[in-house]
Amino acid sequence: MNQMNPALAVREHPDLAPATAMPLARVLRAYVVEAKYESLRMLRAPAFAAPFLLLPVCLYLLFAVLLFGDAIAKDPKAGLFTFMGFSILGAMGPGMFGFGITVAVEREQGLLKLKRALPMPAGASLIAKMLMSMLFVAIIMASMVAAAPLGHLKLSAGQMLSVTLVNVAGALPFCALGFLIGSFASAKSAPAFVNLLYLPMIYLSAILFPLPKSMYWFAAISPAYHLDQLALASIGAASDGATAIHVLVLAGVTLAFTALALRRMARVG
Amino acid sequence: MNNHCLAELSGVTKRFGSVVALDQLDLEVRRGELLAVLGPNGAGKTTAISLLLGLQQPDSGSARLFGQSPNGIEPRRQMGVMMQEAALAPELRVREQIDMVASYYPAPMTPDDALALTGTTPLAKRPYGKLSTGQKRQVQFALAVVGRPQLLFLDEPTVGLDIQSREMVWTTLRGLVGDGCSIVLTTHYLEEAEALADRVAVVAKGRLIATGTVSEMRALVVRKRITCRTTLTAEQVASWPDVQTVTSDQHGLHITASNTENVVRRLLAADDDLQDLEVDRAGLAEAFTELTQETTKPRERTK
Repeated sequence: MNQMNPALAVREHPDLAPATAMPLARVLRAYVVEAKYESLRMLRAPAFAAPFLLLPVCLYLLFAVLLFGDAIAKDPKAGLFTFMGFSILGAMGPGMFGFGITVAVEREQGLLKLKRALPMPAGASLIAKMLMSMLFVAIIMASMVAAAPLGHLKLSAGQMLSVTLVNVAGALPFCALGFLIGSFASAKSAPAFVNLLYLPMIYLSAILFPLPKSMYWFAAISPAYHLDQLALASIGAASDGATAIHVLVLAGVTLAFTALALRRMARVG
Repeated sequence: MNNHCLAELSGVTKRFGSVVALDQLDLEVRRGELLAVLGPNGAGKTTAISLLLGLQQPDSGSARLFGQSPNGIEPRRQMGVMMQEAALAPELRVREQIDMVASYYPAPMTPDDALALTGTTPLAKRPYGKLSTGQKRQVQFALAVVGRPQLLFLDEPTVGLDIQSREMVWTTLRGLVGDGCSIVLTTHYLEEAEALADRVAVVAKGRLIATGTVSEMRALVVRKRITCRTTLTAEQVASWPDVQTVTSDQHGLHITASNTENVVRRLLAADDDLQDLEVDRAGLAEAFTELTQETTKPRERTK
């Protein structure tokens, strides 16, 4: 019976066995396939994805067009501030809600455990969720850029591209936050934990409303504030603080929270 | 580890808090065999599989997969797995689920081949979330085989399947073993082990209490026992033909025999004062229960 499979003959040296050698192209393909299906499943769950996908542009239209359109038409600075604020809101959602809650659900229901048992390439699930979040931010930014003229905001093509790229990359620190929440919260409690962080962060990061001076210490530790300033700087608008500091804070948050979440996942699965 | 052993647990102990899930367990999976790991719920079967898959680490002892640590990706590229609880993404269609898992392997079958092999072709375009429990198990089975594994771990694969689907799984498993694949199957269905297994390992209370081929297990568990009070000694009876084992205690002699009728005839002839004669014929299920209970009450009873 054993003679039927010639691959078995070299099983004593598993590293040399043809069956286990995985060409780099196939390993890369596995990452791409994982990212494709991660994005596809999120697009097929409109009830879950629509709030963070549509909310930023809907709120932007509500505030910048319907409610305060006239005021904004006279004050271009306010128009830019409003546009940036809701763009940052858009960069936060997919990572915190899409990534975070999905991780909590998959962890609780055993899917991540199954994938750990299967020969999924290292981190493919994590990277797929990051790419999914970035794709969603790109969609959100496309809708925001398309809505900008209605909010009396004129952006050059270069500015549209740079603000989109900054926010797409800016999804990563929020993915890390979502990942950390997903690594410890149950499927049921994850949305509550995400909201507990998301809502105060919107108000206390000075992205939509100016903060009183006494509260600025919070903005300084918030990734949303730093992304907002970075996005403003990327289009050549006036911004606070040094670009290097913003990048450093955002990268630091991404690495630190991902590391914490990975450590937690290694312990609990 | 020898050349014939694909996966091995040696002297493995695993505790969860104060509960000892595995207690010095030894288990090996040989090339080309279907090993059924039998045991009551909570016996430690799933924990044993988890250690072999690298999902948990033993407190002591070692787990090896293809001669390597199960934590590396290389040995896992040669195996497929079907776990008891795994909720796959409900939004993805069946073919997409299979395509995704196939992408993890160096030389998988096509999703269509995996669908055909497992009888799930009619489900290919259905979202996983809309399937029945049994259909989901069938799809999980397809995911386990799509990578053309050398070694397949199946944790209770036929729970929730209707008779037809179960037959399909059994037929596929026989075909895979025929092609040289090794399979580890945990089950608490004795008939499943009987229908499929080359070798059976019975686990109870985290310990391996019996192992052997199906016919050896059947001989072990379908044997007939004779109990009686007699003036004959254990040594005398042990030398008789057809007698397999003899033990004695305060209840008398306990004899296992391949042909109880011959032994009973000779007992009655040899001892006129023979009393309390009982012949106990255990069925497979009863004997299995008995085997697993003996670990908690060793050698206490013999009725």
